Amino acid sequence: MANSVSIRDLSLSFGAVTVLKDLNLDIHDGEFLVLLGSSGCGKSTLLNCIAGLLEPTEGQIYIKDRNVTWEEPKDRGIGMVFQSYALYPQMTVEKNLSFGLQVAKMPKPDIDKRVARASEILQIGPLLKRKPAELSGGQRQRVAIGRALVRDVDVFLFDEPLSNLDAKLRSELRVEIKRLHQQLKNTMIYVTHDQIEALTLADRIAIMKSGVIQQLDDPIVIYNRPKNLFVAGFIGSPSMNFLRGEISEVDGRPVFTTHGVNFSLAGYQASEPLSAGRKVVLGARPEHIAIDSDVMGGEAHEAVVDIEEPMGADNLLWLKHAGHLMSVRIGGARRYAPGSRVRMAFDMSMASLFDAETEDRI
Amino acid sequence: MANISTLNTTAAGLDAVSGRLGSGPSGARPRKVLSQRNIILYGLLIVAALYYLLPLYVMIVTSMKGMPEIRLGNIFSPPMEITFEPWAKAWASACTGLNCDGLSRGFWNSVRILVPSVVVSIAVASVSGYALANWRFKGSDVFFSILIVGAFIPYQVMIYPIVILLRELGIYGTLTGLIIVHTIFGMPILTLLFRNYFTSLPEELFKAARIDGAGFWQIFLRIMLPMSLPIFVVAMILQVTGIWNDFLFGVVFTRPDSYPMTVQLNNIVNSVQGVKEYNVNMAATLLTGAVPLIVYFVSGRLFVRGIAAGAVKG
Ligand SMILES: Nc1ncnc2c1ncn2[C@@H]1O[C@H](COP(=O)(O)OP(=O)(O)O)[C@@H](O)[C@H]1O
Ligand SMILES: [Mg+2]
Repeated sequence: MANSVSIRDLSLSFGAVTVLKDLNLDIHDGEFLVLLGSSGCGKSTLLNCIAGLLEPTEGQIYIKDRNVTWEEPKDRGIGMVFQSYALYPQMTVEKNLSFGLQVAKMPKPDIDKRVARASEILQIGPLLKRKPAELSGGQRQRVAIGRALVRDVDVFLFDEPLSNLDAKLRSELRVEIKRLHQQLKNTMIYVTHDQIEALTLADRIAIMKSGVIQQLDDPIVIYNRPKNLFVAGFIGSPSMNFLRGEISEVDGRPVFTTHGVNFSLAGYQASEPLSAGRKVVLGARPEHIAIDSDVMGGEAHEAVVDIEEPMGADNLLWLKHAGHLMSVRIGGARRYAPGSRVRMAFDMSMASLFDAETEDRI
Repeated sequence: MANISTLNTTAAGLDAVSGRLGSGPSGARPRKVLSQRNIILYGLLIVAALYYLLPLYVMIVTSMKGMPEIRLGNIFSPPMEITFEPWAKAWASACTGLNCDGLSRGFWNSVRILVPSVVVSIAVASVSGYALANWRFKGSDVFFSILIVGAFIPYQVMIYPIVILLRELGIYGTLTGLIIVHTIFGMPILTLLFRNYFTSLPEELFKAARIDGAGFWQIFLRIMLPMSLPIFVVAMILQVTGIWNDFLFGVVFTRPDSYPMTVQLNNIVNSVQGVKEYNVNMAATLLTGAVPLIVYFVSGRLFVRGIAAGAVKG
């Protein structure tokens, strides 16, 4: 597949502070790529470099196989949507949409055509004569997307576009952005710190930490086979259970030992040999721990229910076992009183083992 | 029927609630009007107001008295016979050392100095403030530091070098020279003012405009300017009052026939020949101070808003 955006060995420092370091990233044509990471990890900085709003210290940026490292933002074929909407407050919605085209000296009839098309796609026709101050947050963000749309660009850049909206609007607009992508099939690069947005929108997610991409993969792969401890802990809510322990050998088979209790590792697909004595961290998501009737034969351990958190569709149990507190997700109809005893077992085919030293997946 | 009965029960419920209120504190706590705090606060405010208003009162009454009445010596008494003679004289026929056509000549001189100085200094400072805030260039921080330091250098130190400079340029003693001087001396504080204001505007707005392809001037004129009315009003007030009230540069950099109003006021008030005409002096002073006062009254509200906008981010 052709690459729409390529980033080669990109580094950026503000004085002594290095924000991005030797970053490489290839984004396919028509792909929806989400940059996910906690606040301050350099997501916006990377996006601004792609847009041409920040000069990289080193490295190159290609858009549509053209080296645009030294090009002005307007010549890169990108449109950008900001968290604060960044609409020009003194201009009407229509002027906001057409400003960039006017600057580019496009003939008036063409401008009108573009504005009409964008306002139809985003259903902002009735708002065209209003000023941004007279719009709700959701409407403003729609206009901001429209401003990128009219420019008819190859690549859309979104910098946390939904973070200023309330929860309900956020989930509505999220669906709209996804629909927009399916309709337009442009390349979209979307920055967020919200993992739900990332998981629901992305074709691929790039998880960043301190300016370095930790893992670049399908959302499902990232969720089920996180490459390291950071990714595993970052994705998933409630977060993955981590148990520190070591590998030991029982009857010639590797097992995971923690606080003197052994858990069989049967079913775990290791990429490295599991040698006895190795210090490891076992990670299991709440929905990958089976209790009582879900336990499919094999070994099972006894645990005590500490706290129950019913959430409607699901029920979250906090279990105490071998000195660990673990969360388990079960159906909302199954209720357990605190103090009740349950049988539990890990679904090892869905679990993750990390080296305790390097924190990488084994 | 069912509706009415529910209504009734609701009403009964309300009654029950209000009936439950016991005696004792309820609702907002009453506040004493004559609390110690209020007496001190308003007392101080009144004293401060009187302190500033009293001299103004004396000036106004004195300017409307005739000389015989002034000689009676009671400066606080209101005029027995109101006369505007002193005002007319101050404006049109008071003597200022060289000629006897009052303050009117100085007024027009001041206007001719004021308008271009204000326009040029604000135009230059707003563009440099915008450049410093949004277009970081190599050495912009150094440039900015130099400007800040410039704001603290006493004027007197620079007067002689500037006199020489203007003389070499051949514009010493002309209005052009004075306008340039006012522009230069207004630069540090105005640039600082504009830079801080433009920095407080959302950065993403500037980025959006750049993505839209707008350049330096387009962003300034079409995006930034329309959002900056309050700060322009602040700058205008600062410059109008500053330049109108200026005395030093007026004396140093102009010739007597183009002296600004303040210098002429001084010449009227301090003229040594003849009797001191207190009423004319008071009227002349009030006339000279009228312009900044009017500017304050007209744009006070915008001024406060602009100061607030500059101080508080967002
Ligand atoms: N202009 C700047 N000068 C110095 N440091 C900056 C500047 N802009 C961003 N940074 C730093 O770079 C890091 C990454 O910032 P950013 O890309 O905005 O993070 P994110 O968008 O992931 O929250 C932050 O630690 C921030 O402090
Ligand atoms: Mg950011």
